[in-house]
Amino acid sequence: MAKREKHAVTIYTRYERFWHWTQALLIFLLAFTGFGLHGTHHLLPFSKAVMLHTFAAIALILLWIFTTFWNFTTGNWRQFLPNTKGLFAVIRYYAWGILFGEDHPHKKTLRRKQNALQGLAYLTFMVLIGPALWLTGIIYLLYDLWNEIPGAANGLFVVAFLHTAAAFLMVTFVIIHIYMTTTGKTPLHYIKTMISGVERVELTEVERAYLAEEHPERLKE
Amino acid sequence: MYANKRLVDPAAWLLALLFPTLLILADAHAAAEIERGINEYADTSQSHLKSPDDPPAVVRVSSSTADHAEFKELQGPFGSGPEVTKACLGCHNEAGHQFMKGIHWTWEYQHPVTGQTLGKKHLVNNFCTNARGNEGMCAQCHAGYGWKDDSFDFSDQGNIDCLVCHDATGSYYRTPNSQGNAACSVMFEGKQPIDWAKVAQSVALPDRSNCGTCHFYGGGGDGVKHGDMDSSLKHPDKALDVHMDAQGLNFSCTECHQGEGHQWSGSRYNMDAKDSEGTGKPGQRRQVATCESCHGDTPHPGNNLKAVKLNGHTDRVACQTCHIPTFARGGVATKTDWDWRTAGKLKDGEGFKLKEYTQGNGEHRATYKSIKGDFKYGENLKPSYAWFDGVMNYTTIDTKFDPQAGPVKINSFNGAYDDPASRIWPFKQMHTTQPYDKGNNTLVYMHLWGDDPDSFWGNYDFGRAIKVGMERNGKPYSGEHGFIDTVSYWPITHMVAPKEQALACAECHAKEGRLSELNGFYMPGRDGFGWLDILGYMAVIGALLVALGHGMVRIVMCKKRVTEHCKDGE
Ligand code: HEM
Repeated sequence: MAKREKHAVTIYTRYERFWHWTQALLIFLLAFTGFGLHGTHHLLPFSKAVMLHTFAAIALILLWIFTTFWNFTTGNWRQFLPNTKGLFAVIRYYAWGILFGEDHPHKKTLRRKQNALQGLAYLTFMVLIGPALWLTGIIYLLYDLWNEIPGAANGLFVVAFLHTAAAFLMVTFVIIHIYMTTTGKTPLHYIKTMISGVERVELTEVERAYLAEEHPERLKE
Repeated sequence: MYANKRLVDPAAWLLALLFPTLLILADAHAAAEIERGINEYADTSQSHLKSPDDPPAVVRVSSSTADHAEFKELQGPFGSGPEVTKACLGCHNEAGHQFMKGIHWTWEYQHPVTGQTLGKKHLVNNFCTNARGNEGMCAQCHAGYGWKDDSFDFSDQGNIDCLVCHDATGSYYRTPNSQGNAACSVMFEGKQPIDWAKVAQSVALPDRSNCGTCHFYGGGGDGVKHGDMDSSLKHPDKALDVHMDAQGLNFSCTECHQGEGHQWSGSRYNMDAKDSEGTGKPGQRRQVATCESCHGDTPHPGNNLKAVKLNGHTDRVACQTCHIPTFARGGVATKTDWDWRTAGKLKDGEGFKLKEYTQGNGEHRATYKSIKGDFKYGENLKPSYAWFDGVMNYTTIDTKFDPQAGPVKINSFNGAYDDPASRIWPFKQMHTTQPYDKGNNTLVYMHLWGDDPDSFWGNYDFGRAIKVGMERNGKPYSGEHGFIDTVSYWPITHMVAPKEQALACAECHAKEGRLSELNGFYMPGRDGFGWLDILGYMAVIGALLVALGHGMVRIVMCKKRVTEHCKDGE
């Protein structure tokens, strides 16, 4: 193994951070308006909820299209490849070790920013919950285009059902996700990282040399 | 004319004969007290009259090319309505043949879908129940002269009443075609004689007060029957009706109820519940009374999301459903409930009425009449809603029903969420307890009107009135009557409110919204998903609890200095 040294490096590029926070905002808005029109709360009139939900949905879909493109062109998609190595150790850490001050079993590197559990969770988010929402959401949105097909009324029920089911999963995911952000070195550490993009990670000599040569601005110290 | 000789000072009574205003005051004074006599329709021919300050009717096409006042045929003198009719038909030599084909003349309608024979000539409703056999009174609203019994000649165009529709002076009126019981005769006294020549020379296209003479008073009084048609539509403001707004568009009825050859579109018997043809180009169809025939089926303008969403509703929701938030809004009440069972109470051997309801415009309405029983009224009412395909089925005099099977539906209709021809429509529901034939389980014809000992409006004897009513019209009667609950449904389509008053989404898209009674289909905001919702909320709450619990343990461990997570700063 090559010799590693800890360095403060920009691990989340500007686009990644923009993507993350815009997505966070839109999903919060979508959940709020979506459950408003579902009747869970009555904090805004139905018409406003529909408007906001629809516009936020369109914005989110656009964002996802861009991001998918970005993920593939930059090769970032590899970050999300499933990797069960060390999964158990991570689970054990969150359930137990963290309570006793053990070190996190996963060492963040440039090539692998996420631990195994995180990777699995984000993958579920990106290939299951997300697509389930936008797929059913678009079909829901375009109801007026297919409502004359016989049985459309039952179809709408199924679509709304799946959409709502996925929305519940999404909210559950978001709650756990936000909680997990408090498990860094300090409660706000991960949040700060996602804002500044900078994190201390172990770099190999090669990585350090590469960054110094090609992206000196990413290498903070 | 009505006022009470015993309760109102005689001098006021005399004055009142001269000044209608005083008459109204005297009437108000007598209100909430008991009024003698069974005078009923006294006001119908009065309150539709034009007043000098009425804005002129909007001329739809161009001004007429003929001034009827100059025709020598119309100089008179005329002594009666039929004489005027003869003069009209002398020039308008097709008008009579045209008119005699229509429902205003025949009072009969052959339903093209159900095959039922409908029309006032046959039907039993749940107001005064039947015009049949009572034409001497009820045919005041037949556009002809002299229909009082079976001897009326429907093939004689000389009997057509042209003036009731075409009078523009407001001084024309009609009285019953036959004498009622002595107690009723007071109703039509004291009217100015009609100046026939003047009326004949001022004829014009009908405006709202012409049609309103009858259509505003259906069911036996102002606004009684429909709830969305009453005398307040003579001079409505925009808030009451955007189209008829007297200071604005000032539509006459025929602006929407387009007609040709004395036939008009928009009969309630067979409605166009979903007009998918929309607006016609010049020269295309005109004979439709639907909103879509002017507004099209994408009536909400603009290329914005809101318009798209609203236009997405028009295939399933009638325009009226959102745009008529409540009916009977003009200060005139409509009847919602009628109980015939209590009819026939007397005071000192005389029929009477109790006026215990005061409506929005200040007038007092009878809550009890000896000749009719007890009533309930409503104003600013929310309609009830149902899928409706436009085809009305009737319980006719020949229909046998099961008296145990809940209220008898005087009219009913088809329609469902999965029937593409139907849409959600607003209705007024009328509930009545009325007589029926207990042996044959049918509705009955009552003999109400007449100057004879058998008529109910005089003898207050249901058994006799029903027996005679059935016999005279050749219907079987078991000889035993009872009372039964009935409902009728009146599609609401007038009193279109300004768009700002249209229903907000959540009026229907809510758990307890206006459409909570309609089922079988999914509606966002109204319907949940049962166990999925429970599961979903449990997952969300579970996640919160896990986070909370885990977080607390972490804080405790940190406070005990086992870990250092809780310290801020790198
Ligand atoms: C990603 C694209 C999305 C699209 C295209 C979309 C579209 C829609 C549409 C069309 C509706 C029906 C209401 C209406 O007519 O406006 C709806 C309802 C709803 N949406 Fe979304 N949505 C999306 C994302 C989300 C997200 C991220 C959430 C929550 C986290 C969410 C939660 C809900 C909920 C709870 C409802 C109510 C379902 C019901 O009661 O029938 N949606 N969505």
